[in-house]
Amino acid sequence: MYPEEFLYTRDHEWVRVDGNTATVGITDHAQKELGDIVFVDLPAVGTHVAAKESLGTVESVKAVADVFAPLTGEVISLNPKVQSAPEIVNTDPHGEGWLVQLRVRDRNETEGLMTTEEYEKYLKGEGGH
Amino acid sequence: MNEAIPGARPHVTLDEELIFDRSGPGKTGAELPPLDVPAISAVEAVGGDYVRPEIEGFPEVSELEVIRHFTRLSTWNYGIDTGLYPLGSCTMKYNPRINEVVARMEGMATDHPYAPEPLVQGCLRILGETARCLKEITGMDAVSLQPAAGAQGELTGLLMIRAALDDRGERRGTVLIPDSAHGTNPASVTFAGYHVRNLKSNARGCIDLAALESAANEEVAALMLTNPNTLGIFEEQIEEICRIVHAKGGLVYMDGANMNALVGVARPGEFGVDVMHLNLHKTFSTPHGGGGPGSGPVAVKAALEPYLPAPVIEQAIDGSWKLNYNCPKSVGRVRAFYGNFGMAVRALAYILAYGPEGLRQATEDAVLNANYLLHGLKQAYELAYDAPAMHECVFSDRRQAARGVRTGDIAKRLIDYGFHPYTVSFPLVVQGALMIEPTESASKEELDRFVEAMLAIAREVEDDPNVALTAPHTTRVRRLDEVTAARKPVLRWQPTAETE
Amino acid sequence: MRYLPNSAADRARMCEAIGLRSGEELFAQIPAALRLNAPLQTPGPLSESEILDFFRQAASQSSKDYTSFLGAGAYSHYRPAAIDMLLSRGEFFTAYTPYQAEISQGTLQAMFEFQTLIAQLTGMEVANSSLYDGSTATNEAVLIALRVTRRERVVLARTLHPEYREVCRTYSRNLGVALEEIACAHSGQVDLQRLEAAIDDKTAAVVVQSPNFFGAIERIPEISQVAHNRGALLIVAVAEPLALALLRPPREADIVSGEAQSFGVPVAFGGPYAGFLATHEKFVRQMPGRLVGQTKDADGRRGFVLTLVTREQFIRREKATSNICTSQSLCALAATIYLCLLGKQGLRRLAEHNLAKAHYAAQQLASVSGAELPFPAPFFNEFVIRTPGDARKVLAALEEEKILGGVALERFYPELQDHLLVCVTETASRQAIDRMAKVYRRLGRRETVMGEADLRAAPAGKGTRG
Repeated sequence: MYPEEFLYTRDHEWVRVDGNTATVGITDHAQKELGDIVFVDLPAVGTHVAAKESLGTVESVKAVADVFAPLTGEVISLNPKVQSAPEIVNTDPHGEGWLVQLRVRDRNETEGLMTTEEYEKYLKGEGGH
Repeated sequence: MNEAIPGARPHVTLDEELIFDRSGPGKTGAELPPLDVPAISAVEAVGGDYVRPEIEGFPEVSELEVIRHFTRLSTWNYGIDTGLYPLGSCTMKYNPRINEVVARMEGMATDHPYAPEPLVQGCLRILGETARCLKEITGMDAVSLQPAAGAQGELTGLLMIRAALDDRGERRGTVLIPDSAHGTNPASVTFAGYHVRNLKSNARGCIDLAALESAANEEVAALMLTNPNTLGIFEEQIEEICRIVHAKGGLVYMDGANMNALVGVARPGEFGVDVMHLNLHKTFSTPHGGGGPGSGPVAVKAALEPYLPAPVIEQAIDGSWKLNYNCPKSVGRVRAFYGNFGMAVRALAYILAYGPEGLRQATEDAVLNANYLLHGLKQAYELAYDAPAMHECVFSDRRQAARGVRTGDIAKRLIDYGFHPYTVSFPLVVQGALMIEPTESASKEELDRFVEAMLAIAREVEDDPNVALTAPHTTRVRRLDEVTAARKPVLRWQPTAETE
Repeated sequence: MRYLPNSAADRARMCEAIGLRSGEELFAQIPAALRLNAPLQTPGPLSESEILDFFRQAASQSSKDYTSFLGAGAYSHYRPAAIDMLLSRGEFFTAYTPYQAEISQGTLQAMFEFQTLIAQLTGMEVANSSLYDGSTATNEAVLIALRVTRRERVVLARTLHPEYREVCRTYSRNLGVALEEIACAHSGQVDLQRLEAAIDDKTAAVVVQSPNFFGAIERIPEISQVAHNRGALLIVAVAEPLALALLRPPREADIVSGEAQSFGVPVAFGGPYAGFLATHEKFVRQMPGRLVGQTKDADGRRGFVLTLVTREQFIRREKATSNICTSQSLCALAATIYLCLLGKQGLRRLAEHNLAKAHYAAQQLASVSGAELPFPAPFFNEFVIRTPGDARKVLAALEEEKILGGVALERFYPELQDHLLVCVTETASRQAIDRMAKVYRRLGRRETVMGEADLRAAPAGKGTRG
């Protein structure tokens, strides 16, 4: 279910790091909790964000969830598809439904993130809510 | 149903179009008397650059069509006049008809806000008398009727707190809000330029004194609380709560949304509250109107009186009323003119109709009704906090959620039983909240029927959750697709190629 | 008590069912020391006929027998009988905000129609389903501009309604926003040069009213260019929306805010009214207030719901676009009914009548020696006149004739001593206008009463640009 090559946050974001580029999305668990996603609000390209700061929001009909930056960096691209068709965050959260790409400053920050195994364990620990 | 009757199609009364679809060129629903001054050309009078062509797609219908259109639309609404409307926190009580008559009276509905004061003594008197009654009911020292609704009353109160603290030379940045508060509270705090700090409730759903004690410091401008709180529970420690906040130099704001539990029984002015707002559209029976107009007067203790929005209404020794604009410490104006005057007319008519004993009786009935419901429902629904109710009671959908049915589904099923649903999913501190406020306007008979319906739904959930999950089944439209509405918003009618 | 459905016997049975001996026990949660032990000192109880008497008495101390030339943000227009008949349907006025869409389609569809009508009138793409009033709607427009541009200065035309400006000041005071006001040009319109000088890269918005507080119609395209050149948004406030039936809509604006009271809502001593807010689709998620959207139900039938609710305080709490929780649905419904009744042609004709009467009145008054129209800009149904002599004396003399002759502007603009703001709608008859002119003539320097022939010979519309 949760790709092995990803790292995860406690706030249910995933990140895939390739060199200095990090691709960020929300996990399948997060999209299920939110339900039908109707709007995705992302920062402008060029914005600098610190790890754990809000990157933007994902909205369902009656809820708004902050998306937090898993790593510190600069926003280098946005997924245009999620802005015109936010439902792909529901249908393919770990693939087509990615949200932003960051140019990462400090790759050592990944040490604070969870591996797939740890994240799956974390989800069980949350008691399924 | 119509399939059973060959040839029968639903009449337009069951499927009213938009007024724009009904429009036909040249029709009108209003005519003017002949013009008694020389006609002038708009182009000549103001210049061709300023004149618009006719408004494309604007409706053209006869008077009868307008009457039918809106009459049909009205039949698709549920109102207090239709039946029990137990929306928690909204106080959906009977809207007396005489109030509507007096508010529309010539001389009440027709005076201009800038007419000379000696010529509008009647309107000024209504404002003055209403404020006087609200002072008496709340036990506060001064009232402004200017705020247009509860949330604006909140903001006004917070601005007054800020102005008073500024005068003391104190720059404080935080307002404490219990986690059970209405969403308007934190939003108003932000617009007053303060930061919100949430206070966790204790196991009884009330303010945790220890948590308050540790949160209250010299940074805290105010505590904003609702009493009775949104769980329908009276904060028994209210005096101690106020003492803790005051000891650190902060002020206490009380959201008066639940004042229907207190009128004639207890007065916030005696609790230690410094400033509060009232909702005339809740406690004082002014109609909700499908979402306004409301009215949110703010009431304060004497120390905050100089900060009230200007102008303030005053009575001279000779009995005449006047507006005083000379209020140098005022927080300013929050709305043009003097507030929702028409709502003050209705609220005063309500207060006059009941009289002191009646107001207390209404409160007693509201609280008795809520407790009667609580008693009848607690066997089938889990109480959020097992405490006696004031004017409303709050359950959790935990038992029904185990069968996949949530509070929102139970609400939809209630519609099939002929009731307006309770408030869904609020307060947020309760998982799957069902917040029920019957008000004094519900008869025992109607409450018995409501309990019966709720118990029947609880049984259905056990037998076949699908009934609730697909409800309502009896309304003109079924569940509506809110997801598409939010993803691809259609917020207005547009002329199509064919209708042009 | 006639509003309470439970009898003493019902109450007793209910108390018994829940194990209470008396109603007083219901309040055991409230500490005894805080419970009132005496009845409130409020008046009543009154029977229905006594209530009627009370309010009749109050209503007798009113200006109802006067002909009014007062406008300034609250306009007297004829209200067709159908409005109150329809508003009085309990399904409309005793309903709550339409959160339960399946049993609120009436309100929802009517608000969708309101949104459409306001968008059509203002020339904007979308409108919300109403706000408290014109002053607060204009303030909310300013708050949108601050959010969208992330700038912190706002320039207000001094010809924006003084009380609208006061509301903006109250709201901005604690948000670190600097408000600046610019005086008008000799024409009565926005001074474009002053405006240009007042805007910089920190300016979030320029707010003008059109027709402005003095009645002057603004040159929106030019103003918009000046504002947009520096990246500021243009907010156009409309206090007399009937003007939009005749005048070019402010399409170049980014946000149009205003007051819909003119459309079938009584003057009612200042409220309740219905504010409106219209803008472009790109700003829709920054809008405050309720929005109704069209959608389909489970069977594919058209229906309406409240939409984009995540903007609102009950979900976003301290991060909401506004703290507003109520709209003014019933007043917005009145406006919807009114606009449907008048319709495309009726509304235009009504606007033309207002235009003709106001211009007739301006001409009559300005022809009096000592009186003058100080602002040459074009106007709709409201204009400023300098009175022949002391404005207070003129108003007092008019009051004796049962005429409310206008709003003395000195109260808001100290430099405009002896200037009145006069509003002439279709409710003013020619006879009343002529009576007003007669008082002016009596007080004017020329003591002799002019005949009709003289009037016709008087220079046409002194100062009213042809």
